[in-house]
Amino acid sequence: MRQLIRRPPTLIGLVIVLVFVMIAIFGSTIAPHRFDTIIRGAARLPPSAEYPFGTDRLGRDVLSRVLWGARDIIVLPTVTTLLSVFFGAAIGMTLGYVGGWLDDVVSRALDSLLAIPALILALVMLGTIGPSAIGIVIVVVVLYTPIVARVVRSATLSLRTAGYIEAAKLRGESTTYILFREILPGVLPALVVEGSLRFTYAIFLTASLGFLGLGVQPPSPDWGRMVNEARDSFAQTPWALWYPAGAIALLVIGVNLLSDGLRRIFRYEGQLG
Amino acid sequence: MTTIIQAEHLYIDYKLNNEWVNALHDVSLAINPLEIHGLVGESGSGKSTLALALMNYLAPNARISDGTVTFDGDDLSSKSAKEMSKIWGRHISLVPQDSLAALNPSHRIGEQIAEVTRLHEGLSKAQAWQRAIDILRRVKIADPEGVARRYPHQLSGGMQQRVTIAMALSTRPRLLILDEPTTALDVTTQAVIIDLFRELIRDNQAAALYVSHNLGLVAQLCDHVTVLYGGEVMASAPVVDLFKRPIHPYTISLLASLPRLTEGVETRLPTIEGTAPSLADRPHGCVFASRCPVALPLCHEVKPPLEVISEGRLVKCHRWQEIASGELTLDTAPKAEVISAPPRDSYVLTAKDMHKSFGEPSLMDRVTMRQAQVVRAVDGVSLRILERSTLGVVGESGSGKTTLARLIVGLETADSGDMELLDVPLPNALDQRTPELLRGLQMIFQNPNDALNPYQTVGSQIARTIKRLGDKSLTKEAINLRVIELLGAVSLPPDYATRYANELSGGEKQRVAIARAFSTNPAMVLADEPTSSLDVSVQSVILNLLKDLRAQNGASYLLISHDLNVVSYLADWIVVMYLGEIVEEGMPDAVYKAPSHPYTEALLSAIPIPDPTAQTKRIRLEGDLPVELPKGCRFHTRCPRKIGAICETTAPPYRDAGDGHMIRCHIPIEELAILQHTLPEKT
Repeated sequence: MRQLIRRPPTLIGLVIVLVFVMIAIFGSTIAPHRFDTIIRGAARLPPSAEYPFGTDRLGRDVLSRVLWGARDIIVLPTVTTLLSVFFGAAIGMTLGYVGGWLDDVVSRALDSLLAIPALILALVMLGTIGPSAIGIVIVVVVLYTPIVARVVRSATLSLRTAGYIEAAKLRGESTTYILFREILPGVLPALVVEGSLRFTYAIFLTASLGFLGLGVQPPSPDWGRMVNEARDSFAQTPWALWYPAGAIALLVIGVNLLSDGLRRIFRYEGQLG
Repeated sequence: MTTIIQAEHLYIDYKLNNEWVNALHDVSLAINPLEIHGLVGESGSGKSTLALALMNYLAPNARISDGTVTFDGDDLSSKSAKEMSKIWGRHISLVPQDSLAALNPSHRIGEQIAEVTRLHEGLSKAQAWQRAIDILRRVKIADPEGVARRYPHQLSGGMQQRVTIAMALSTRPRLLILDEPTTALDVTTQAVIIDLFRELIRDNQAAALYVSHNLGLVAQLCDHVTVLYGGEVMASAPVVDLFKRPIHPYTISLLASLPRLTEGVETRLPTIEGTAPSLADRPHGCVFASRCPVALPLCHEVKPPLEVISEGRLVKCHRWQEIASGELTLDTAPKAEVISAPPRDSYVLTAKDMHKSFGEPSLMDRVTMRQAQVVRAVDGVSLRILERSTLGVVGESGSGKTTLARLIVGLETADSGDMELLDVPLPNALDQRTPELLRGLQMIFQNPNDALNPYQTVGSQIARTIKRLGDKSLTKEAINLRVIELLGAVSLPPDYATRYANELSGGEKQRVAIARAFSTNPAMVLADEPTSSLDVSVQSVILNLLKDLRAQNGASYLLISHDLNVVSYLADWIVVMYLGEIVEEGMPDAVYKAPSHPYTEALLSAIPIPDPTAQTKRIRLEGDLPVELPKGCRFHTRCPRKIGAICETTAPPYRDAGDGHMIRCHIPIEELAILQHTLPEKT
C-alpha cells in the first residue's frame, strides 16, 4: 500500500479511482435531480451555477445523469472483471497443471475464440441474447475469461516443475490443494496485473457497447449512450457530450495509472521471489 | 614485461535501493601476453563484475569509484561506449556463459560470425563468409559449410559454445574474456572444449581471462590464478604455486574442501564454516576473517595489505609469512566419520526392468498424422539398493539418470517395470501409493531456489509434510518441536522456522529441503544433483550433512550426479548410465579403476583435477549423444575403443569382473584391463 502511494502517477490514479467509486456509491443521493427528470423550460442550457454541466436537448440535468450513470460503469466492469479473473484463474491453473490432451483441446479452443475481434463477437452475442446489464456481464466474461486463462496458464506452466510442487506431490497432496495452496500464490502477481488491465478494458468495452445502444437500456443513464445521443445535437449542446465522454476518459486514465503502478510493484516482488 | 590489460586498485560500486554498495574493493590484476589468467571465486565474490570492468562494460547502476583499467597502455575507464565499440569484438572479445542466449536466434551461424569481421575489418560479404567458414573449421566443426547455414537452436550446447568462441576469435583479438563458458556443458563436452580453448588461445597469440568457480578446470587450463573473495583479491599466483603451495587460508580451505576420487567413504570433508559477508556491510578487517580458522584479533580489526611476495605472486593475509614458513599449518586433513553404520544385507529398494519413453504423440500430432520423436529415457534398468547404503548414478545429461530417479519416486510413471520398497510392492503411479510408501521415499531436488514455496514459511512447509505423512496423533506443539529438531539436524537455528525462502542463501535452502525430506523418516532419499548449483565451500557442508544424516537415520540414498567426485564421496555402489541403459556397475573402487567400461573411462578422464601437475589419461569423446538409438552397443558411435562390426550389430553382454562388478562391453574383462593401461589409438 505504501508503495502504491509513493509513485505520484499511481497516487493520482488511486485518487481518481476512489473518487469515481464514491460517486458510484453516493452519486444518486448527491445528484440535484433524478436522471430522468425533465426540467421544464430548461432544455439545451449551457453550464451555469444552477446546472454545472448544462442540460441536454430534452432538458435533463447532465450532471445528475453523469452522477447516476457512474454506478453502472463502475459496477458492471467490476463484476465482469472479478468473474473473468475467477473463471480464468480456475481454467488457466487447471490447464497449466494438468496438461495433456485437456490442455491441447481447451487451449486451442480458447485461442480460436481470441482470434475473433472482441467488439464484433460482443455485438453478435448481445444481438442474440438482447441488450441488458446481465447480457453485458455475460458477454464481457465470455470475452475476457480466455485472456486471463491464457496468462494464468503460462504462469502455472513455469511453476509446475518447481521443486516445491513436486515435494507436495510426494507427500500425497490432492490436485485441489496443490492448485490453490501451492500454485495460486505464485500466479497471484500475474493475476492481479492482468485483472487490473482487464478492468480498464472492461470499462472501455462497456462504454462502447453503451455507445452502440447495446448497453443498459433507456431511460437508465449510460455514459456511452449519453455520448451517442449528444452526438446528434453536438452543435447545440456540446456540453452534453463533453461531460460523459470526459468522465469515461478520466476513469480509464485513472484505472490505467493505478494498474500500471500495481504492475510495477508486482514485477519488483516477482524478482525478489 | 608489458601487460596486455591491467587493473590497479579498482573500486566498483553498485547502486542498490538508492545506496552505493561496494562490490570490488582495491582489486589489482594484470594479464601478460600469451597468458591464460584464471579468476576464481564463489558466487557474489565479484568475479563477473571484474570481468565486465576490464571490458569497461559495467551495468548502468555501477560506477568505478577509484582505480584504473588500462588496456595496451590506454586508460579504458575514460572512454565512451562509442569509442569502446571499436575495441569490443576487435581487440577484446567475450565468450559468454550462455551461448544460446548470446547467439541471435533469427540469423544463420555464418552470418553472425561474418558480421563481426565485416564490421571491424571492412571485409566484403563474400570474404567475411569465407572467413567465417575458415574459423568454424578451426574450432573443429566437422561440416563448417553446413553449420554456417544453420540456426543456433539447431546446434547442441557444445557446438553453440564452439560457435561463440569462433566468433570471439574471428578478429584475432588481443584479449579473450571467457565467463564460465563451460558451466552449462557436460563434463565430456567440457573436456573437449577446454582442450580447444587451450589450443586456440595459444595459436592466436592472445591472452585470456578465464572466469570460473571450478578449481579443477582452472588448474588444468590456466597459467596464473587470482582468487577473489567478497570483492577482494585474496591471492594471486602462478597456477602450480597456488595449487601446490597455497599460502592464503581461504585458498587452503577451499582446496581441501573439494571431494576427490581417492578419498574413501570413511571420511568427512573439511569445510569452511559460516557464510560470506554481505557487501552492504563490508568488515573493517580482513573480509575472510569471520570464516578463517586461524584468524587473530588483528584480522578482525585491520585489513591486511595486498602484498607482493615474489614476481607475480600476491597475497592478502596478516599471517602469510607464518604459513609460508611452515610455522602455522591449517588443519585440513579429512576427519574420520564419527558415526559409522555399515549397510545391512537386506534391500531397501529393488527395481526390475524399468522402462520409460517420452514423446507420446500429442493431439496435434495425431490429427496431422505426424510421427512423434520417441525418446527411450530409461530402457530396461534394474537395480537393488541395500539398506543404509548409497547408490550413485552417473552419466551425461540425456543418460536417463534423472528419469530413473523420478520413476522410483513416482514423479513420472514408468511404462513398465516392477519395484519393491522394503519388500512391499511399489506401484508405478504416484496416486496408487499408500501413505506408508510415500513416507518411505522422499526426494531432494537439484535447484534449491525452487525447492521451497516462496509464499510459505520454512517451518510451515516442513510441518505440512509431518502433518500429511507423520503420526496423525501428533499435536500442533509436537509438530513444531519436531520442525525445530529437524532444522537443528541440518544445523539451522530454530528461528529459521518463521523465515521465508528469499531470506535464505542457496545452501540454507538446500538444508531446509533436506530437513523436509527427512521429516517423514524415509527409508530412502533420492537426491538429484543436490550440490550442483551450490558453491564449492557450501558443497562440502551439504555432502557432510548427507553423510551424517545417513548414519543417524539409517536411510539409504540414491544419489545422482554428473560429478564423479561427489558421487565417490558418498556412494557404496556406482551405476554408470548411457542412453537409458546401465553400462557398468560396481563398488566405487572397482569402477574408478581399470578395467572399466570405455564410457566410464572417458567420463573419468574428462574430470578436471584440481592439480596442475597431475598426469591424466586424456580420452576425449567426440560428438554428442545420438538422437536415434544406435543398434548394437549404444556407445559404439562415440566409443574410442570400438573393436569392429560386432559393436554395431550386437548388443554387448554383461561381463562379471568380480564382486558383482559388471561391465557391458564386447571386449573381455582381461583384455580391457590391459588395454586401459594405454590410451586408445583413435584419440
